[in-house]
Amino acid sequence: MKDNVIVKLENVSKKFDDKYVIKNFSLDIYEGEFITLLGSSGCGKTTVLRMISGLENVTSGKVYIDSKDVTNVDATKREVNTIFQNFALFPKMTVKENVAFGLRMKKVEEKEIEKKVSFAIDLVKLKGYENRYPHDLSGGQQQRVAIARGIVMNPKVLLLDESLCSLDLKLRKSMQIELKKLQKKLGITFIYVTHAQDEALSMSDRIAIINKGDIVQLDTPENIYNHPKNVFVADFIGEANIIPAKVIKKIDGGINVKMLENFLIDIKTEEEFEKGEDIKVVVRPEDIAVSKNELVGSIKGVIIDSTYSGNSTNLIIDIPGDFDIKVSTTDESKFRENENVYIKFDSNKIVPLRK
Amino acid sequence: MKNNKIFKTIFTLPILVYTFILIVLPLLYILFLSFCTSDSYGGIIYEFTFSNYIKIFDLTYLKILFKSALIGVITTIICILISYPFALILRRKSAHIQNLVTKLIMIPFLTNSLIRTYGWIILLRKNGIINNGLIMGGLTSSPLNLMYNRFGIVVGMVYTLLPFMLLPICSSVFEINNDLIEAAKDLGAKPLQIFRKIIIPETISGVFNGSLMVFIPAIGYFFITDILGGGKIMIIGNLIKNQFLTARNWPFGSAISIFLIIITFLLVKLYKRLGGKMDDLGGF
Repeated sequence: MKDNVIVKLENVSKKFDDKYVIKNFSLDIYEGEFITLLGSSGCGKTTVLRMISGLENVTSGKVYIDSKDVTNVDATKREVNTIFQNFALFPKMTVKENVAFGLRMKKVEEKEIEKKVSFAIDLVKLKGYENRYPHDLSGGQQQRVAIARGIVMNPKVLLLDESLCSLDLKLRKSMQIELKKLQKKLGITFIYVTHAQDEALSMSDRIAIINKGDIVQLDTPENIYNHPKNVFVADFIGEANIIPAKVIKKIDGGINVKMLENFLIDIKTEEEFEKGEDIKVVVRPEDIAVSKNELVGSIKGVIIDSTYSGNSTNLIIDIPGDFDIKVSTTDESKFRENENVYIKFDSNKIVPLRK
Repeated sequence: MKNNKIFKTIFTLPILVYTFILIVLPLLYILFLSFCTSDSYGGIIYEFTFSNYIKIFDLTYLKILFKSALIGVITTIICILISYPFALILRRKSAHIQNLVTKLIMIPFLTNSLIRTYGWIILLRKNGIINNGLIMGGLTSSPLNLMYNRFGIVVGMVYTLLPFMLLPICSSVFEINNDLIEAAKDLGAKPLQIFRKIIIPETISGVFNGSLMVFIPAIGYFFITDILGGGKIMIIGNLIKNQFLTARNWPFGSAISIFLIIITFLLVKLYKRLGGKMDDLGGF
C-alpha cells in the first residue's frame, strides 16, 4: 500500500432536514487500497460515498481528491466513478453504448473509445455481449457492465455502493473474489460500501466501521476481528460472545477477571483497567475449546442447540447462572443436544472492553 | 367450469349487444354510405362507387387535409414543448405536490370544453383582456389579431388538448429511476446531455402516447375552429360536419370519416410498432 492519500475527508458534515446524518467525519484513503465502509443501513455510509462522488453536497467540511479541494466541484467533473447498488444501467443502450457513455460525454475520439471499451468489456469477461441490452443480461452480467462502465473512465477512485447486494449468495461469493482481483490488477482505489460483514472481511485492505455517522473503528480486517475496539464492533463483526465481567486484580501484562458467576481467568491486555471495574469480555466462538471430558480450568455446561454447517458445528452451551455461550468447533465427535460438555477459554484470545 | 362459461356469456352479452347497436352498426352504416352517392337534394343514391374516396384527393380537399395536419402538428409540438419543462420541474417536487398539480390539471376537464373555448374569446378578442393589457402596457398601439386566424385555433387546441400530452409525459418522466440520472452525471454528462441521452429515450413512449392523443383530436375538433377560427379555416372535423349538416352530402362525409378512422388506425399501429402500450392510451 502506498502512503499517498487519494481521498481526504476533513471534518465533513451532512445535514438532511436539520438532522445531521454525518457530523465531523474525517477519513484518509490511500492510493490503491480497497477500503470498505461497513455499517448497518441508515448509518450514513452511503452518504459518505455520495459526498466523495459529488452527488451529495457537504453541509460543512472539505473533500480532497488527489490533494485537490473538490468540495465545490460538481459530480460531473470529479475523477471518481460510482457503481450503483442497482447498477443503474441505461436500459435503452446496449452493453457497448453503456460502457462508452462516459467517454462519449468527455468527447474522446471514437477510435480511442472503441479501444478502451473493448478492453474494459474484455476485462469483465463480457466479450460477445457487446450488443445486448441490459434487460437481456443476468444480474451478474449487469454487474459486470456497471463495473466496466466505471473502470473504462480510468477513475482515481471507484466507489461501489452495496454493489453485490442484489446478487444471489453464490454469485456474490465469486464476484467478491473477482472484484478483489480486478482491483489488484488495475491498482485503482476502491471504496466499497456494504452492510455485509463477510464481504468487508474478505475483500478489504482496511475496514471503516461506521455507526450513527461516526467511524467506530478503522483497521485491517484481521485487527478488527481479533481486536475489536468496543462491544459494537465485536458484535457487528462475526459471531461473538460478549460476557460481563469484573476486574479482580491487575497482574503482570494483564488483568484477572471474574465472569460467569465464579469463574476466574487471567487476560492479557495492554489497556489499563481499574480494580473492581465492571467490563465486558469478548470471545469468538471458535476460540473456545469444547470437550466431553473435564479439563483443567474448564466450565461445565449443557448443549442446548447444535447446528452442523459443513466445516464446523455451532453449539449453544448453557452455563449455570443462565449464560448462553456460542461455541464453534471443528471437532469431529458428535455433540448432541442435552449432552453435558466442558468448555475452556484461551486466555490469549479474550478481549476485555470497557464499552 | 361449464357453468362458469355460461355465466360469463350471460353477463357479457348485454355489453356485446350494446356495443353492436351503438358502435358497430353505425360504423357499418357509415362504411356502407361512403360507397353511395347523393343527389343534389341530399337524398342518397344507392349505387356502389369509389368516387367519394377519389374526391378526397381533389386539390381543394387535399389543401384542407394539409392545413388540418399542420394545425395538428403545431399543436402537438407546442404541447410537447410545454409538457417537458413542466414535468421536469414537477419531478423534483414531493409526491404530494405532484398529486395536487396533476389533480389541478384534471379539474378544468369537468367543465364543458365548448364553454371553456368560448371563454377564450373574452381573452383574445380585439378589445379583450390580452389586447387591452398590451395596449395599456404600451407594447402595441393597435389591437393584435389574436383570433379568427390560425393563431387563435392553435391557442384553443393547445389549451384543450394539453392535459393529454402533459399527463403521459409527466407519468413517464416521474418514472425515470433517479439513479440513471445520477449515473449519467457521475460519468460526466451535463444537463443537456442527460436530457438528450437519458430523459428523452426513457420518456419517448409517453411522448408518442401524448402525440397520438393530441394530434387526432386536433384535426377533428371542429368547434374550436368554428369559435376561435371564425369559420375561415377548415380542418377535417369541419369538413365532415359540413358534409353532413350544410352540404347534405352524407356519402362524402362518411368517406372522409372512414378516411379519418383509417389515419387514426395507422397512427395507433405506428405507436404500437414503436413500443407503445394500448393500456396507456386508455388511461384517462
